Amino acid sequence: MAESSYRIKGATGEWEVVIGLEVHAQVTSNAKLFSGAATEFGAEPNTQVSLVDAAMPGMLPVPNRECIRQAVRTGMAIDAQINKWSRFDRKNYFYADLPQGYQISQLYHPLVGEGEVEIEVEGATKTIGVERIHVEQDAGKLMHDQHPRLSYVDLNRSGVALMEIVSKPDMRSPAEAGAYLSKLRSILRYVGSCDGNMDQGSMRADVNVSVRKPGEPFGTRTETKNVNSVRFVMQTVEIEALRQIDVIENGGKIVQETRLFDPDKGETRSMRSKEDAHDYRYFPDPDLLPLELDDAFLDDCRASLPELPDAKRARYLALGITPYNAGVLTAEVESARYFDALLEAGAKGPAAANWVTSELFGALNRLDKDIEHSPVSPTQAAELLGLVAEGTLSNTLAKQVFEIMLETGDDPAKIVEERGLKQTSDTGAIEAEIAKVLEANADKVAEYRSGKDKLFGFFVGQTMKAMAGKANPSVVNDLLKKALDG
Amino acid sequence: MSDLTTLGVAALRDGIRTGEFSAREVADAFIVKVSKAKQLNAFIVETPDHAIAAAKEADAARAAGETLKPLAGVPIGMKDLFCTKGVQTTAASHMLEGFKPVYESTVSQKLWDAGAGMLGKLNLDQFAMGSSNETSYFGNVISPWRRQDGGNAALAPGGSSGGSSAAISARLVPAATGTDTGGSIRQPAAFTGISGIKPTYGRCSRWGVVAFASSLDQAGPMARDVRDCAIMLEAMAGFDPKDATSLDMAVPNWEAALSADLRGKKVGIPKEYRVDGMPSEIEALWQQGIDWLKDAGAEIVEVSLPHTKYALPAYYIIAPAEASSNLARYDGVRYGQRDLPDGANLQDMYAATRAAGFGPEVQRRILIGTYVLSAGFYDAYYTQAQKVRTLIAQDFEKAWTQCDLLLTPTAPSAAFALGEKSADPLAMYLNDVFTVPSSLAGIPAMSVPGGLDKDGLPLGLQIIGKPFDEQGVLDASLAIEQRAGFTAKPEQWW
Repeated sequence: MAESSYRIKGATGEWEVVIGLEVHAQVTSNAKLFSGAATEFGAEPNTQVSLVDAAMPGMLPVPNRECIRQAVRTGMAIDAQINKWSRFDRKNYFYADLPQGYQISQLYHPLVGEGEVEIEVEGATKTIGVERIHVEQDAGKLMHDQHPRLSYVDLNRSGVALMEIVSKPDMRSPAEAGAYLSKLRSILRYVGSCDGNMDQGSMRADVNVSVRKPGEPFGTRTETKNVNSVRFVMQTVEIEALRQIDVIENGGKIVQETRLFDPDKGETRSMRSKEDAHDYRYFPDPDLLPLELDDAFLDDCRASLPELPDAKRARYLALGITPYNAGVLTAEVESARYFDALLEAGAKGPAAANWVTSELFGALNRLDKDIEHSPVSPTQAAELLGLVAEGTLSNTLAKQVFEIMLETGDDPAKIVEERGLKQTSDTGAIEAEIAKVLEANADKVAEYRSGKDKLFGFFVGQTMKAMAGKANPSVVNDLLKKALDG
Repeated sequence: MSDLTTLGVAALRDGIRTGEFSAREVADAFIVKVSKAKQLNAFIVETPDHAIAAAKEADAARAAGETLKPLAGVPIGMKDLFCTKGVQTTAASHMLEGFKPVYESTVSQKLWDAGAGMLGKLNLDQFAMGSSNETSYFGNVISPWRRQDGGNAALAPGGSSGGSSAAISARLVPAATGTDTGGSIRQPAAFTGISGIKPTYGRCSRWGVVAFASSLDQAGPMARDVRDCAIMLEAMAGFDPKDATSLDMAVPNWEAALSADLRGKKVGIPKEYRVDGMPSEIEALWQQGIDWLKDAGAEIVEVSLPHTKYALPAYYIIAPAEASSNLARYDGVRYGQRDLPDGANLQDMYAATRAAGFGPEVQRRILIGTYVLSAGFYDAYYTQAQKVRTLIAQDFEKAWTQCDLLLTPTAPSAAFALGEKSADPLAMYLNDVFTVPSSLAGIPAMSVPGGLDKDGLPLGLQIIGKPFDEQGVLDASLAIEQRAGFTAKPEQWW
């Protein structure tokens, strides 16, 4: 494993950062973990609350199979041990957004055991260990800004299924933490177990940070809660590490505590210390039997897994695609999906990869559209690339056709046909134009023949212009060479 | 016509079917009895309209020549731990006073679907915590029984299903629902000379039943005799996808299969149930029960359940632990009681609400439960209690290699006077000593009246069976019932 060289210079020397992440990922499912209530984002407050979610007397939880399936598939995607026997525990605490007075989680026997995620930072790969994935319910939300004196409670999120993905303290730099979170997000989105939408709260991370002198044992860590973007996670690590070093170097001690990240002020602040930490009184939830999974269920989960980013990347590299392009294409599941469809439609790997990463991404950026809503479908794109490959379109013409495709949504063949944009290799027509160009520029011909061969480009340009850009450039080159040198 | 309220479920059902009397006549007769029995305080809410509506439906169905539902026109009492749609459901607590659920518990719904009507919501120990019905926010239930000792001390009807037991033995209802967590059906049945069965854990859905201790709570019927219990249980039981611990098994036709012929059955007598200081009358009754079962054809064997003495301590750790968590939802935020002192913050509101809403026994158990689950004590208490629970279940498993059923007394004494034990929680908890082990093991158990003590108070015998063998339990209970010929009932003084 590659050792990170990231160090922070303090007054007393160099410091190393140790990072672990607890990522909460909302499970993609139409219903909550233990009730049939809907889980759609952005619904009116308290419109997606069942009697169970509101903890009415006598209500009981019933596990939603789909949520379990998604967590199992996620575990399989990171090569983790799947525990065929797991159990739900209650985590007891009082809060107004926690209707039952406890959260159903898995402390003692999680659904998913140890796994790993491979990341790449500055060209080096590193494996980050995952300790466990357990399934738990989300709480509701307090709304303090609706009334001068009262706080309101929205229980729409109450009972929504979360996967808590706990990493080992294997990361050593903000970049590694960022890469891990991005990679995890990418895997979840490939698997389809979480939409990874961090600004909607579908994914958030608790960031555990400690510092030490290289080679020394782990220091005391702090946990910064609910950080909701890759960038903020990296900032949290950096800021919190600096703060800890400052405390230690000034003779202080790090207190194990919960902190929060304030992106506006660029600081972390203490939320509560261990002294007033809750005693959660975990115990097995007596309303639920242990979760027992059979082989058929596990086989079904495994069979439903898509090709994952690492495998996909390897396949692209084997097609001759550059590592950079392969990385770009596999980072987001939608890009990979588009690219695979393009390959499926007959496009050739390297050329298609170049075209997607430069032309298509450029255009989508300009139009402020994501690839799922690309005006040009993979089939149309494959057709366009095919026209280039067979010599019907030059790269210049292809660009023109692509612009028209973006505007009209028409197929490239139709555009080429209707607008006569076909590239010509008709030597007769090209020779006729070359003759006219040489005749109109007799002085430059003379200069060229007397040794100023840089003028060759000028003649190419003139010929192409005369051919309205449709001439096959290599044919033009050949014929021009013959006419000038011959 | 004779007094319809002297009839039980089967007789009422059959009489309505044959047209001997109408369901409306039945409902009216019971409604009158209920209205005249306020002194017993067995009801928290009376619901005559519900009983009349069910009766009308039964009579209309009969007039139209339709096949009547299994319990058509039979009015019953509903323990106020079952949520009933639109009808106040309190669990006998101040916390839920005035709470009207917008939903119906699965068990009560099944009873209505079977044609039963509801005479009212029956009083109980608050949140089903108690063995004497003295912890209800709505006051003590008074047993209709009196000692024949010249005094007229008010007696406990047992708990927690004390409203149910009192109402049945006083002939205010022919049958009622109960719930049993550590003996809350069986002990009150024994105290009041009626029958009651706690089925296998999971037989009856817990959905819509206010939770006390989830891994132990189980609904069951209470009635005047074994047949009536079988009829009621058939209507109440069944798989419920809304309860993850519900048994996914077909409901047997228990009534039709009833048989008091015990030839080929072995009945075990657990020697550890002979506890110190047990009244000789109970010893004698137990021996009498053995003779009756022999007479019915059963072979008697002595068995050992060596961990019996640890059952009670384990129970009084596990049940409060679960209760402390189950009752956390009563926080004043969403429904029920809310106390908000001036300037109170969220924590103050919780404290004030829960201090005012929960009675002393409930608070005691929440404190015990919170303590045994807390960091540092969890392994010493909760984990240890769970191990004991496993050992107790294994005791029973081992016993089943030697016998089919077990016979024990239901309670270590006859009904005691109200106030007699309420100052001593430990003495009160000892009441459950014979009922708790089968609760911890989740196996079916039933109490049937066996006779009277020297003061003329009922004593019960308990039959314990293998998981899912309600039939065996009912059959052995029937054999006792037939031989005991128990016909005593309380003199009406109210």
